[in-house]
Amino acid sequence: MTTTTAPLPPGTVGAFTRAAFEAHLASLPPLPEWWLARKRAAFEHFAALPLPVRNDEAWRFSNVSGLTLDGFAPPATARAVPFASIGIRKAARLIFANGRLFSREILDSNLERRGVVVDTIQNALREHGDLVRDHLLAQPARLGSDKFSALHQAFLVDGAFVYAPRGVEVELPIGIFSFALGDQAATFPHTLVVADEGARVTVIDYFGSQDDTERQLAIGANDLYAGHGARITYVGKQDWSHQALALQSNSTVVRRDACVQSLNVHLGARQARHESHSQLQAPGAISEMLSLTVARGDQEFDQRTLQIHQAPHTRSDLLYKNALLQRARTIFSGLIVVDPDAQKTDAYQSNRNLMLSDEAEANSLPGLEIQANDVRCTHGATTSRIDSEQEFYLQARGITKRAADELLTFGFFEEVLNRLSQDDLHTALRTLIQSKFSGEKVIR
Amino acid sequence: MKSLTDSGSAATVENPIAGIDQTKGDFTYDVAYEFDAGTGLSERTIDYISSVKKEADWIRAFRRQALQVFQSKPMPTHWATRDLENIDFDRIRYYLASGQKPKRTWDEVPEDIKRTFERLGIPEQERKFLAGVEAQFDSEAAYSNIKEIVAKQGVIFVNSTEGLREHPDLFRRWFGKVIPTGDNKFSALNSAVFSGGSFIYVPPGVKVAQPLQAYFRINAENFGQFERTLIIADEGSEVTYMEGCTAPKFSTATLHSAVVELVALKGAKIQYITVQNWANNVFNLVTKRGLAHAEAEIKWIDCNIGSRLTMKYPGVVLKGRKARGEVISIALANDGQHQDTGAKMIHAADETTSNVVSKSISVGQGRATYRGQVHIPKRLRGCRNNTECDALLINTNSRTDTYPAITVRGDRNSIQHEASVSKVSEDMIFYMQQRGLSEGQAMSLAVNGFINDLARQFPMEYSVELKRLIDLEMEGSVG
Repeated sequence: MTTTTAPLPPGTVGAFTRAAFEAHLASLPPLPEWWLARKRAAFEHFAALPLPVRNDEAWRFSNVSGLTLDGFAPPATARAVPFASIGIRKAARLIFANGRLFSREILDSNLERRGVVVDTIQNALREHGDLVRDHLLAQPARLGSDKFSALHQAFLVDGAFVYAPRGVEVELPIGIFSFALGDQAATFPHTLVVADEGARVTVIDYFGSQDDTERQLAIGANDLYAGHGARITYVGKQDWSHQALALQSNSTVVRRDACVQSLNVHLGARQARHESHSQLQAPGAISEMLSLTVARGDQEFDQRTLQIHQAPHTRSDLLYKNALLQRARTIFSGLIVVDPDAQKTDAYQSNRNLMLSDEAEANSLPGLEIQANDVRCTHGATTSRIDSEQEFYLQARGITKRAADELLTFGFFEEVLNRLSQDDLHTALRTLIQSKFSGEKVIR
Repeated sequence: MKSLTDSGSAATVENPIAGIDQTKGDFTYDVAYEFDAGTGLSERTIDYISSVKKEADWIRAFRRQALQVFQSKPMPTHWATRDLENIDFDRIRYYLASGQKPKRTWDEVPEDIKRTFERLGIPEQERKFLAGVEAQFDSEAAYSNIKEIVAKQGVIFVNSTEGLREHPDLFRRWFGKVIPTGDNKFSALNSAVFSGGSFIYVPPGVKVAQPLQAYFRINAENFGQFERTLIIADEGSEVTYMEGCTAPKFSTATLHSAVVELVALKGAKIQYITVQNWANNVFNLVTKRGLAHAEAEIKWIDCNIGSRLTMKYPGVVLKGRKARGEVISIALANDGQHQDTGAKMIHAADETTSNVVSKSISVGQGRATYRGQVHIPKRLRGCRNNTECDALLINTNSRTDTYPAITVRGDRNSIQHEASVSKVSEDMIFYMQQRGLSEGQAMSLAVNGFINDLARQFPMEYSVELKRLIDLEMEGSVG
């Protein structure tokens, strides 16, 4: 074991010193050798990398001065969690508080009989070691957050593991709740979803805090792996404290004839970065990437996406919509990459920004890198305000300007919500967004 | 019929079109240069250029300061291609001239230089349709003339050396103001060693009916051409400027790094047309920007066919209310070429509008990149931008990239950006072949159709030339 290395410069590791790392390892149950080695390597990688600086291309337009790692501490074990109902029936529910399992409920008794696993990563490391090893943080961080991804891996305590075996269709969604509780809390939530050949599963990943004044750090990740002909629907709802710094990184791998649909709803945090990396690895693979953001106050939402077409006859479709109020900022930076042999690729990328304030700022960087010629690739970006004729139409019918603007904003989001095939999910999300838009806290 | 997809996949077959269009400019003459700053770049190089040009002290100081900025700035490879690292600044010759004063008639131009321009057809074009011509040979203009009728209206059309010497008050006010020395590494390099280029002033209300033209010729090997152009269109005036360029194909890389500044005062209109056809060993790293005052209009029509690497993003700073900026860009990247082109639109006043239309064609292993910036800062209202980028990929191994960056603040402006990538449809080619066209002719027609709405905006002589170049490039690109 290497414990005697030169002291680390405090600015680059903040609270996550070597001593803190060793204390973290000591707090965990015995780990498989490969996982321990990966965590150690991740810590060294994290410590060696600098924090992003202003002229890093992957952080263009981001507020890099807000990326401080100082002053956080491994949080205490929670005794209670906020009430968290998302208003829909679930097949199972896992609740994590400050990175540790708080409760696990299997609501559909058929699940386990059919071989579906909804468990913690700690348990899965023991019982499904090969699956975890193949898919947990197995893809490279390609969107600029290498340092934070390494920190996540080094300090990951526990997370959710969902496995749907071959041919099994899980009708009801699986709910995963991750809470950060207490001021200065640092958490590293993780969700790993593996759908085997022909399986179907829906996962709802909820992130929240107790109240909006707590300064917190949340560095999360999720891995979605859809095997041959499988279908994963993933809905992420990010509602961290408004004083939180949140970085979330997604890796989606789609195999032959499989389909992954993901929708991320971004509401919380002071500064939130979301990186989404979809790899279409075999013919017939489809990735649908959706996002809704309500940005208000001084919030900054920074979304970076990568759609990589590695095989012929694959399809990706991205639609990210942001509504900006007050002094909020958003950044969308997307890239479609078509590898040289990925002929017949069909890729789409669209970013729509709705400006609801004269002080808000929207940045769009929609990018393409195409190395095959028989493709259909399009992208579009628009930034504009509410259509004044539509607003006038509603006002002329006695609706106040504020209510009219709200209605039109929901209409703006509806295009994304309509892509969801489950009606109750659609309704629950609409309610959540409405609560955010009106600035009320909080209906879950 | 061989399918299109199959035809292109034969990467081992040498692309027969590579370099065809360059034949016209691919020749060189031995010229005995009277002035030569030697190889490499130091303060001595700058002093030599300044002394030979008999420049005022402020220009020498300007150059020296720029050299420091150039040396202190890193190569922008954190976003740009690493091919830039292949430029060896110590092996370049920064100043080569046979004299500093351009001739006013072709008869006075030294025989070897005159032969060059006659072969390129410049004197003939001048007689036919131009209001004035400047012909630059390596570092200095060999010939510069403006039709008397235009000169009588008060239009000034000289090279940068003359402009700074004879009209310092007019030009110094704007010189380096639209593109400051420190804008980027290559604008700093140009500011240190600039020579040649046009200085144009159009007095208020004067509308120059025919275009003014400059032709830039590189003749010497290992040479760097650094022309500096400043065009000032006074209130309500109108002017069209065209530039063309060629160089012979040397085995070593050549550098062309220009700075072009346009100033359109209230209500003025400037149209700037470039047909870039450098040999494909030329690094073409050019900074072009216009400043549009109230109700003024600046339009860049930019066509890039030649060079090894072009990095050029013509921009407009929309400084006055209702100013308008436009970039029309056509790029054709063939084997061994990277056309990294685009546009910058900086909105700085209410009700300003900008439009960017870019079409690129990648042939063989060519790479075409669109890089753009649109910026609408706080507290503006009524600003609009429209950007469209279409890329056409001819062969299976052709490459295209799109990297726009759009920032909008506030809720009283609107922007839209759209890009698409496609190939020529097989149905279209098949249809044309059924009617007796060869596959190459059909492809050529399809590509010309793709850029037709942009090519029509070029002056007739240029659009005919462009069509001819595309025909040549497309010949043999399939099959």
